[in-house]
Amino acid sequence: MKEAVEPIINTEGLNVFYGEQHVLKDVTVGIPEKRITAIIGPSGCGKSTFLKSLNRLIELTDGVKVSGKIYFHGLDVFDGKIDVMYIRKKMGFLAQKPCPLPMSIYDNVTYGPRIHGLDDKKELAGIVESCLQSASLWDEVKDRLKTPASRLSVGQQQRLCLARALAVAPEVLLCDEPTSALDPISAQRIEELLINLKKNYTVVIVTHVLRQAMRLADHVVFLYLGKLIEHGSAEKVFRNPENTVTQAYVKGVFS
Amino acid sequence: MDKRKLEEAFFKALMLASTLIVLGSLLAVIVAVVVRSAPALSLSMLTQTPKGGYYLGKEGGILNAIAGSLYLVGGATVLAFAISLPVALYLEEYAGRSRFAAYARLFLDVSWGVPSIVYGVFGFTIMLYLGLKASLIGGLVTVALFEIPIMVRVMDEVLRMVPLELREASYALGSTRLETAINVMVKQALPGILTALLLAFGRGIGDAASVLFTAGYSDYIPTSFSDPAATLPLAVLFQLGTPFPEVQMRAYASAAVLMIIVLSLSMGSRFLSRRLTRYVVR
Repeated sequence: MKEAVEPIINTEGLNVFYGEQHVLKDVTVGIPEKRITAIIGPSGCGKSTFLKSLNRLIELTDGVKVSGKIYFHGLDVFDGKIDVMYIRKKMGFLAQKPCPLPMSIYDNVTYGPRIHGLDDKKELAGIVESCLQSASLWDEVKDRLKTPASRLSVGQQQRLCLARALAVAPEVLLCDEPTSALDPISAQRIEELLINLKKNYTVVIVTHVLRQAMRLADHVVFLYLGKLIEHGSAEKVFRNPENTVTQAYVKGVFS
Repeated sequence: MDKRKLEEAFFKALMLASTLIVLGSLLAVIVAVVVRSAPALSLSMLTQTPKGGYYLGKEGGILNAIAGSLYLVGGATVLAFAISLPVALYLEEYAGRSRFAAYARLFLDVSWGVPSIVYGVFGFTIMLYLGLKASLIGGLVTVALFEIPIMVRVMDEVLRMVPLELREASYALGSTRLETAINVMVKQALPGILTALLLAFGRGIGDAASVLFTAGYSDYIPTSFSDPAATLPLAVLFQLGTPFPEVQMRAYASAAVLMIIVLSLSMGSRFLSRRLTRYVVR
C-alpha cells in the first residue's frame, strides 16, 4: 500500500446544475498527486460532469450552473482573477471520442505550445518528438508528420490526442472514458501509457468499466446519482467498501 | 403484392418523378438558352466591347458586361466576406444562443428575403445623398450589402455543425475563443464557408435589380471605381428589349456566358474545396 499523498485537487461542496437538473450534489473530495484516480459509477451519475468541472470545460455547455469550490494547488479555480486558460493548460483533457484538430499530425501537437506563445521551430520539433514518444506514437508517424491527423486510425488518433495534451506540459491529465471508443488492443495501449505517465502526472480517469478501474486505479471515487458515495485507496474501496451501495456496485450487482 | 411493398414502390416512384421534374426543368432552361444563343455565340462577342450600332445588330461584343460583372461581383463578394465571417463567428462562438443572437439571426433572415430592387433603391438613395453617380463602387457596395445576409446565415449554419468535442479539444489546451474560432472552427467548416461564398457570388452576379440604378451601364470596361459599370444581367435585359432578332439572340448568348461563369466557378470551387479540406476531420 502506498503512503497517503497530499491532494493536488480538492473540491468542496461542488454542485452542478443543467438548467433545473441537479447532476452533482455537494461533492467534496481530494485527488492525490501523481496517482491514478478512477471516478467510477453507473451511467449518468455525473462522472463526466465532475471531470469537466475540474478544468472548467463544463462552462462550454449551455445552461450550466456551478457552485462550490475547486482548489488546484490551493488555488481557487473559479476565482475571477485566475486565468481559465492557465487552469486548462495545467489540466490536460483526453476525450471519450478521439478528436484530432483539423490539421496535420505535427500541427496537432504544436497547437497548444504555439497558442501559449512558443514559436521556436527547433523547440517545437523537440516537443513533437518527445510527446509523440511519450504517447508511443512516434515510430508509427515520424515519417508522415505532415499528413492530416484524420488519416490515422482511431487508436492512433487517441494517442495523438494524448501527445497533444502532454505538449502544453500539464500537471494533471483528465481522461473521460478514454478507451470506450477503441478496440481492445488500442485500449490496452492507452492503459499502459497512463500507468507510465503517473510517474510525472496526476491522472484522473472516468470509467464505467469496473475492471479497468481495478487494473489502473490507486485511488477510487465512487459517484452514484450525483452524490459522492465513497472514496479512498483502490484497495479499500474494491476490497472492503464501507457503503452497501458501493459493495453492490463493486460486486457487479448493478452497473 | 402486399400493401407495404406497394406503398414502398409507389413513394419511391413519386420521389424519382419529382427529382426528374426538377432536373428536367433545369436542363430545359440550359438547352433553351444554348440553342437560342448558338447563332450569336462567337469569340468576338467575348473579346470586344460594343461598337457603334451594336444594339442595332452591328459589330461588337459584351466584354464590357463580362468584365463589369466580374469586377463588381468579385469585389462585392470579397467585401461581403470580410464583413460576414466575423459576424458569423461572433454569432456562433460568442453570442451563441443568447437573445441578441436570436434577434440578429431573425433580422438576417428577413434581410435575405428582401427583394434586391429594395437594396438597389436604398443604395441609390444613399448615393444621391452623397452626391455619387452610378458607378462601379456604388454597385459593388450595394451588391455586397445584399450578399451579406446570405453569407452570414449560411456560414452560421455550417459553423454550428462543427462538433462540440472539437471545440472542447481546443479549449482544453487553453486556447481562447478567438484562437478556437480561427484555428479550429474556420478550418473545419471551410467547405461550407466556400459554399457560402459561392452561393452569394451566384446570387450577386445573377441579379439585375440591385445594380440597375447603382452601377448604371456603360459600353466601356470600367477603369476606376467611379466609372459606371455594365453587368451581364442588364446586358441580357437591354438586348432582349430591342426589336431586332439578332440582338435578342445576343441576349441569350449573354445569358449563356453568365451561366458558364457561374458553372465554371462552381466546379472550380469544388476542386479547390477538395484541396483545401484535406485536414477536415470527418
